[in-house]
Amino acid sequence: MSSGAAATAAARLDLERVRAEFPALRQEVHGRPLVYLDNAATTQKPRAVIDAVRGFYERDCANVHRGVHVLSQRATVAFEQARTAVKAHLGAADSREIVFTRGATEAVNLVAASFVRPRLGHGDEVLVSHMEHHSNIVPWQLLCAERGATLKVIPIDDRGDIILEEYERLLSERTKIVGVVHISNALGTVNPIAEMVAAAHARGVPVLVDGAQAVPHAAVDVRALGCDFYVFSGHKVYGPSGIGALYGRREHLLEMVPYQGGGDMILSVSFAGTTYQEPPHRFEAGTPNIEGAIGLAAALRFLQGLGLEAVAAHEAELLADATAAVLEIPGVRLIGNARRRAAVLSFVMDGIHPHDIGTILDTEGVAVRAGHHCAQPVMARYGVSATVRASFGAYNTAAEIEALVRGLHRVREVMG
Amino acid sequence: MSDLRELYQELILDHTKRPRNCYVMSCANRTADGHNPLCGDTVKVYLRIEGGVIEEISFQGHGCAICTASTSLMTEAVKGRSVTEAREIFAGFHDMLTGVAAEQGLELGKLQVFEGVREYPVRVKCATLAWHTF
Repeated sequence: MSSGAAATAAARLDLERVRAEFPALRQEVHGRPLVYLDNAATTQKPRAVIDAVRGFYERDCANVHRGVHVLSQRATVAFEQARTAVKAHLGAADSREIVFTRGATEAVNLVAASFVRPRLGHGDEVLVSHMEHHSNIVPWQLLCAERGATLKVIPIDDRGDIILEEYERLLSERTKIVGVVHISNALGTVNPIAEMVAAAHARGVPVLVDGAQAVPHAAVDVRALGCDFYVFSGHKVYGPSGIGALYGRREHLLEMVPYQGGGDMILSVSFAGTTYQEPPHRFEAGTPNIEGAIGLAAALRFLQGLGLEAVAAHEAELLADATAAVLEIPGVRLIGNARRRAAVLSFVMDGIHPHDIGTILDTEGVAVRAGHHCAQPVMARYGVSATVRASFGAYNTAAEIEALVRGLHRVREVMG
Repeated sequence: MSDLRELYQELILDHTKRPRNCYVMSCANRTADGHNPLCGDTVKVYLRIEGGVIEEISFQGHGCAICTASTSLMTEAVKGRSVTEAREIFAGFHDMLTGVAAEQGLELGKLQVFEGVREYPVRVKCATLAWHTF
């Protein structure tokens, strides 16, 4: 997401060393070296993450927050240190502002249920952008249907940028929350979050940011963005599946009702009534994904070790090269050409369905996503039902872009 | 390379580029929608059934090569057949795609061209989307 100037200034990644950290990259598929370009769906895992999860199972496996024995203490310390690691990575002020969830989706659902539901009345509005992932649409639809509220959509232009004037027009005293994606998984658009937050806050409207595609590719600072909530998933940032986090401003979390009931989220329980834990534990009912949190912390440390500026610069270069190379292929049309894009190249080819492209690329060892990317409304906006999406990570190389391009020429040969 | 040719045979590519019976039927007395949530593909099948026989069949929609060709060839395979026969053809077709031994004596004809799809399990849904509307 860095500009060209920043790209040259940042230290370069030693790609051979980066790739050596990922065991899964050293394999062949269909007799070809794996070219993994489906990072927006999920990333491969570095040795550091695999070792962290294995280390927990081999040495520290115990439940958290309740045992007096050594293993439980170790597990609790590691789990809470993971929370601190997430806090530091997002630039939050306080570890108590970090709630572990199953992923970004659960985090959005949590905010919908515990923060927005009590304040959303009949005739109120929830505002989301046209480029949201289904995970930042459907929870709001469910909630709006339940409360008699309306889901409003911020339009985007043909390039794939949010139309800010329209956004400001849509903000009103009826708006109870804005949900917006930081970096679009379908278009690669980098949205002007700080600006959008400022506009919402000027009208007293809180903002939730879906950072699932941003955390892997950019340095995120929730305080600089000013947002009220920020969500992301571990598996898209080189960490395990089934773990993610919600950042919520402390004053919001303190006033929020529990999300799920169960163990670990209470202070005391009797049939006369139950008192709840303080945040963040109030929102973490049941035994959490302990090894997931520990693996996520290892992933964030790994990413910081590479250097987020270096990663962003490297991916910006890959994206620029891939965009130029793919556009030279006859009949290719980009879907999304926003002013600022990161790590995602979405396109269609004249007369050839993305599914067929995906299958043919797979036989060449190239893994891409072909489909609607869980963002059907934005597909409809561009009049397509699906696109081919190549998405980049820190370990991708210029040679892999060439393999993608060779594969696309092969597609033309096969499909005629 | 040869594998891909097994999947994308000439007959399939021909039906993808020039799908047969691809129009909206105004006199249809049955319609059905197929939707593949994986890729967002949709197909609408139109039928005019008289006395249990498929007199006319057409479709509209957008899908991948496998889906479009399968739908196009389906319309050719079942036109003029009874609804019961059409269901039998589908059963035989489905068995072929999933590797179950085909029923003895069932003639799949041109539909045999989809045999290669068996090697691509995630694409079986593409080849059967329209058929599921029956």
